[in-house]
Amino acid sequence: MSAHSMVITAALMTLAGLVAHPALSQAKAPTLDDAAGRYDIDGSSQINFKVGQVGGGGISGKFTKFSGTFQLDSGDIGKSVVEFSLYPETVQTGEPRIENFLRSTAVFDTAAYPKIVFRSTRITRTGEDTAQIEGNLTAKGTTRTEHFDATLTKWNRRVIGFHIQGGVFRTRYDMSVGIPIYSNIVEFDMMVNGQKH
Amino acid sequence: MLRNGPDTFGWVTILLHWTIAVLIAGLLVLGYAMTLPSIDPVLQFDLFQWHKSFGFTALGLCIIRVLWWLAGRHPAAVAGLSIRERQASFAVHSLLLCLTLAVPITGWALASVSTLDIPSFYFNLVVIPHLPLEKSAVAETVWTTAHAILAYGLAALVLLHAAAALHHHFIRHDAVLVRMLRSRRS
Repeated sequence: MSAHSMVITAALMTLAGLVAHPALSQAKAPTLDDAAGRYDIDGSSQINFKVGQVGGGGISGKFTKFSGTFQLDSGDIGKSVVEFSLYPETVQTGEPRIENFLRSTAVFDTAAYPKIVFRSTRITRTGEDTAQIEGNLTAKGTTRTEHFDATLTKWNRRVIGFHIQGGVFRTRYDMSVGIPIYSNIVEFDMMVNGQKH
Repeated sequence: MLRNGPDTFGWVTILLHWTIAVLIAGLLVLGYAMTLPSIDPVLQFDLFQWHKSFGFTALGLCIIRVLWWLAGRHPAAVAGLSIRERQASFAVHSLLLCLTLAVPITGWALASVSTLDIPSFYFNLVVIPHLPLEKSAVAETVWTTAHAILAYGLAALVLLHAAAALHHHFIRHDAVLVRMLRSRRS
């Protein structure tokens, strides 16, 4: 086992709330206390989305302003909490007319609802380095339960990173314009990095 | 009487004429309304898609109309028309037919070159592919301008055409309008 993979494994076990394996302890792997704590989501994160369209292709874009935290519980990953806010005003698609349309009352209505908020309610470990995050997503005045799949991508004493994916039905949030030309499902594909607080 | 007679229009011509007339009127109203600056964005999106679906319908019917016009016989002009009036009538009718093809084709082109890249999903049933033209903001502006000028030109010509028909019916009391309303055995 390489030093690198040992660190990853230790991080995963830490995240999963497992007691450090004796062999890893002997290798002076990071301890549980190192991973636990609060991380602030930083600007190196990539919040990408795609909405498919009939006949192939679709609208791809990203949000450039967001904030949030991971609060990782030292004993039980299930008690960890993810909070995330993004500002839909900052949507980028490469086509200003599409961006303005997304900001308009047809979609985000950023004038009335400047913030989209997600707060996890349950985090369930699904594999060695994966977890499912369930939580409340509030957008355009509506709150619904959504699920995202997270994969740990990096971890050290100061930084933690997850690849988070999930689909959201936009009809739930009064954003159903363009269906069926454009898919109801917004596919999120995010690289979310946190700096230890 | 499906086909045109020596001095009558057949039902195919009559049906195509009035269906296309209604489509053109509706498309002009839609095209005007959907480009109003103050329009609600959801309504605008939906009106654009209706405009495209009805526009493709118009294009299909106009192609049939032109082929029918080229292949079939033309009823003789009503009595009492001067040579100059017959020439003007032929010119306006030819131009009308050309524009009924050119307007939807420029619309198809503008949807194809638009950097918005919105698929043409005909009545939410089948995707009509974009024309093989390069997408750019400049091309979109050019085709949009062409589409608008030709569409409003067509509207002006339709008004002239309708005014002439009413003139024949109410002032001259001839068969010009009536024979486009019903087919008769010749």
